[in-house]
Amino acid sequence: MRSYYEATARERLAGILDAGSLREILPPTERITSPHLRALDLPTAFDDGVVIGEAALDGLPVLVAAQEGGFMGGAVGEVQGAKIVGLLERARDARVAGVVLLLESGGVRLQEANAGLIAVSEIIRAICAVRAAGIPVVAAIGGQYGCFGGMGIAAGCCSAVVMSEEGRLGLSGPEVIETAHGVDEFDSRDRALVWRTVGGKHRFLLGDCSLIVDDRQDAFRAAIAQALRRGDRLDLAAVEREHALLAARLDAYGQCADGEDIWRAMGFEAPQEVPMLATDVLVAATESRRAA
Amino acid sequence: MDWQRVAAALFPGGHQIAAHDDLLSGTARCGDTELAVIGSTHHAEAGVEIALAMARLVIATVRDHPGRPILFLVDTSGQRLRHRDELLGINRYMAHLAQCVEVARQRGHTVVALVYDQALSGGFLASGMMADLCAALPDAEIRVMNLAAMARVTRLPEERLRALAATSPVFAPGAINYVRMGAIDALWEDDLAGHLACALRDAPTSDTRRALGQARGGRVLAAPVAARAATE
Repeated sequence: MRSYYEATARERLAGILDAGSLREILPPTERITSPHLRALDLPTAFDDGVVIGEAALDGLPVLVAAQEGGFMGGAVGEVQGAKIVGLLERARDARVAGVVLLLESGGVRLQEANAGLIAVSEIIRAICAVRAAGIPVVAAIGGQYGCFGGMGIAAGCCSAVVMSEEGRLGLSGPEVIETAHGVDEFDSRDRALVWRTVGGKHRFLLGDCSLIVDDRQDAFRAAIAQALRRGDRLDLAAVEREHALLAARLDAYGQCADGEDIWRAMGFEAPQEVPMLATDVLVAATESRRAA
Repeated sequence: MDWQRVAAALFPGGHQIAAHDDLLSGTARCGDTELAVIGSTHHAEAGVEIALAMARLVIATVRDHPGRPILFLVDTSGQRLRHRDELLGINRYMAHLAQCVEVARQRGHTVVALVYDQALSGGFLASGMMADLCAALPDAEIRVMNLAAMARVTRLPEERLRALAATSPVFAPGAINYVRMGAIDALWEDDLAGHLACALRDAPTSDTRRALGQARGGRVLAAPVAARAATE
């Protein structure tokens, strides 16, 4: 499977990790399923929609979690959340180069309501604690369901985010916003608008993902390895830098109504052409603008 | 619930907390301890501006008043559901606030939160749910979404969800269910000042919510599954 977008969680792990290096923790043979889904007579999964394990990536020892979008859109329930949280806690004791999170999630699994929300909160807190210990946490986003809800916050807490153009990252999904405020606020069926708002290219131009890659497993692998090697520590200096960046963003683009307005303000003279740019052209154009 | 009544009960000796639009900020004393108070009111919609403003207050406390405990007063109707906030990357603004709270914790600031009115999903994740200890008033409304909306999104019959909510804390809104699941340490009644003093003294520095949920019987799998994932 060459495409990251079309791959399952397990195919992605096979594509980005060193061959044969994955030792899965709590594999499907353990059959730890969601009691809350069972109570609703809904289908369960023997891995509860996430694969976790120890592995190597480009020779680096890593801990890894991969959410399966094919199971309830990757939504987080009690068991799935606990698996990810446990993996993150493991990072603080293990000698690893970092934690890799292949995120694909609509956020809280509504069928587990309160348990899902608390689980997402525990993931967010665990990511922050791992980074505060000086261990990088790298997120990859490039699947069909994107990364939304509380898992969008979780991605924002990571050391680095790797995305493809096809990836989407946000908090409230377009359908949720359309339901709340109508089609004039956000037309969720306007695919171009959705991608201009939450798609990989816009996220890269804003700096919300630090590396953008083509939709290929080997491209994700190389970018994740690069992000892991950069290292990272969450501390006061890091949040002060982040604060300056986010305050400047609000000043510069707070009045913009569309992605194209932001890209024009960034210096793209023909912002309507940005969605058509090849990834390498986009990266080069962005780097030259940042340098200027 | 009016924030001024809550503040008066928390700080009978007076306080210097002020509201600027939906944002609460200021200082107050609990015994001999000076606190930084950060919060929101009017069921604030948590958009990029308020997330950034709260983050600024946390950073200023860490930088200018090392070790000063922080109290979050939570009243939010959830994240702002607008195209503009998504365009600007609201998830990263929320993540920034969460990271600021983590940095405060790492540098020895005790962080306590009190849900005094509403706490809905996204608006709660980056503030109250990042605290060392989160408490709630008995009438506080804490939930992901209401049962009617949950029924619509999940395509499950609302009667079914109502029946389950009667017996399971997982589906039912309400602060008491979050107590049973370990996410809320306790409901604070009567002597709010006394509860706050105890919380500042006893707040754990690691995430104990799974263990609490298991001990209280409301969330029994999270703790053992996480422990196995961490060690096996």
